[in-house]
Amino acid sequence: MTAEITTEKARIGAPSIAGFTEEGEGLVSAKVDHSHNHGVTVMSSRAERLTSFDVADFALPTGREEEWRFSPVRGLANLLSDTATDLDPDPAAAFTVDAPEGYVRTPLGHGTAPRGTVLTPADRAAVVASANTDEALHVVIPAEAEPAEPLRILVHGAGAGRRSNAHYVLEAGANSRSVVILEHTGAADHNGNLEVIVGEGAKLTVISVQLWEDDAKHLAQHDAQVGKDAVYKHIAVSLGGSIVRLNSNVRFAGEGAEAELLGLYFADAGQHLEHRSFVDHNVANCKSNVLYKGALQGKNAHTVWVGDVLIQKQALGTDSYEKNQNLVLTDGCRADSVPNLEIETGLIEGAGHASSTGRFDDEHLFYLMARGIPEDVARRLVVRGFLNEIIQQIKVPALEERLTEAVERELAATEN
Amino acid sequence: MSTLEIKDLHVSIDTEQGTKEILKGVSLTIRTGETHAIMGPNGSGKSTLASTIAGHPRYKVTGGTITLDGEDVLAMSVDQRARAGLFLAMQYPVEVPGVTMTNFLRTAKTAIDGQAPALRTWTKDVKAAMQQLRIDADFAQRNVNEGFSGGEKKRVEILQLELFKPKFAVLDETDSGLDVDALKIVSEGVNRAHAEGNMGTMLITHYTRILRYIKPEFVHVFVDGQIVEEGGPELADRLEEEGYDRYATGAGAATIAAAAAAAQA
Repeated sequence: MTAEITTEKARIGAPSIAGFTEEGEGLVSAKVDHSHNHGVTVMSSRAERLTSFDVADFALPTGREEEWRFSPVRGLANLLSDTATDLDPDPAAAFTVDAPEGYVRTPLGHGTAPRGTVLTPADRAAVVASANTDEALHVVIPAEAEPAEPLRILVHGAGAGRRSNAHYVLEAGANSRSVVILEHTGAADHNGNLEVIVGEGAKLTVISVQLWEDDAKHLAQHDAQVGKDAVYKHIAVSLGGSIVRLNSNVRFAGEGAEAELLGLYFADAGQHLEHRSFVDHNVANCKSNVLYKGALQGKNAHTVWVGDVLIQKQALGTDSYEKNQNLVLTDGCRADSVPNLEIETGLIEGAGHASSTGRFDDEHLFYLMARGIPEDVARRLVVRGFLNEIIQQIKVPALEERLTEAVERELAATEN
Repeated sequence: MSTLEIKDLHVSIDTEQGTKEILKGVSLTIRTGETHAIMGPNGSGKSTLASTIAGHPRYKVTGGTITLDGEDVLAMSVDQRARAGLFLAMQYPVEVPGVTMTNFLRTAKTAIDGQAPALRTWTKDVKAAMQQLRIDADFAQRNVNEGFSGGEKKRVEILQLELFKPKFAVLDETDSGLDVDALKIVSEGVNRAHAEGNMGTMLITHYTRILRYIKPEFVHVFVDGQIVEEGGPELADRLEEEGYDRYATGAGAATIAAAAAAAQA
């Protein structure tokens, strides 16, 4: 460790900040450990976070724990309890898979590889999801395959408050190229794990779309292991639901691999949308890029982004960057943004992080209107422009269009 | 020909100490093709006049009228005023996150003209206008004013002036913070817009140096929320030599004018 940089400037309480401020640093051979002292044990490294398949290892969170301190745990009691999926009269959140013939394999029981080889539950929600899923969906994209259409896993919640557990395993064979859309609609109390194995030289994009109804709650752990020379892109899009918390984690199985963790969220009044990402640079010469962008509007709209990057001692030649940007559209919102960068070797290409929270305020509005642009168009212009950077990464035109429309609907809600 | 007419305008702002009157009865008429310089010391209310014409919500009109060819400007929203042909080049242009210059310029042009500009000619026009104002081509892809220097922001204001072709332009201290080269470039832009568009210009400035490049036919001296003296270009020359000192009694001059007005009433 050659330098300690304090945490405070990276933590941004949005409502107090006017204008669009940006901070970012390119850090090489420095350890930036944005650890927090809130009556919990401060771990010396992100790598030491507890993971386990045993529910008993994870106590019910109180909200004071580092990984739960931003979350409304009181509203999560049902999801955090060790409870089976509600199957009466139908599964609380049934899924359908749209994939080429033969891609869906026999479900995987507990301890049946590859299940459990990449994802070990890292919090209470993930462990109860895992423990209560006896048969995990197993989808395999064969080696060299390049399916013409995106694969789709459609999860539809059958009713608010109904408990659902899920664990899906997704394998992209060597040198395959594919896009998988995991889409959530309807309402349920849904705990969903996604375990992703990206084979050597494969190129896989996973798009997790949260278009839940207003009363849905969703906790998720998505873990991926990216093989040698493979490229993995994970895009989280959270628009619906009352509470959504999605943790997207990645590590590498060979050199030359790339991971991109992207996210887009739009929180309305009372909505809690939380995204956590963890890139574990455990192998040399890999690349990662993290970018989450969010908009907030309405009283008590709350978003959280916690981005962890760990560059381990052996991960020479690492190139990593992470950034979170929030756009606050009205008073009464809160955006928490915490980038954490831990670097154990100085022999890297680059490591940087940035976090900014901007406010769309009356002066912006005046400027645009003074150029003849009506108020509603001005608002849409700003938000669309801001979020488009993520939407255009999806590269599935029909989905891009649907999400653009969904964002417009969110905006229309502000104007009413 | 169009006419922008300001009559006995009174404007207040809310401050922590209560309501404060900034403009105390301003009357001014500008026709297209004319250039009027509004000159005065800091704090005299020049910028308040500019912002009030554009409709900034901070400024409350407590009396008087502003009309554009007889239409009540004060009854129009901010965007309606712009579409009616008024343009304010701001003293402190704001940075707008998330919106590229390209997108912004096209959206504004579409709003002002009531139809989208023909893509091919528009792109060419924007490029040419940027070149003339020595604005780097890569600015088109940057967010509106974000990270621009003070001088770059002013040039981008004039870029909009040239592209939107308003009937009346109010330039609020466009010269402040510009070095001599930038001042020349910006002035040339204003002069082009003037020559091309038969535009009326209200040039608000503290200093006379911009008047070397933009020639006003009328000069109005603004002190303490009122016009205290009016004349031709020679008045600017006199200000150049004498400064605003002889109005320093400033308040005095205004009081005399007010007293005279009161006596007449």
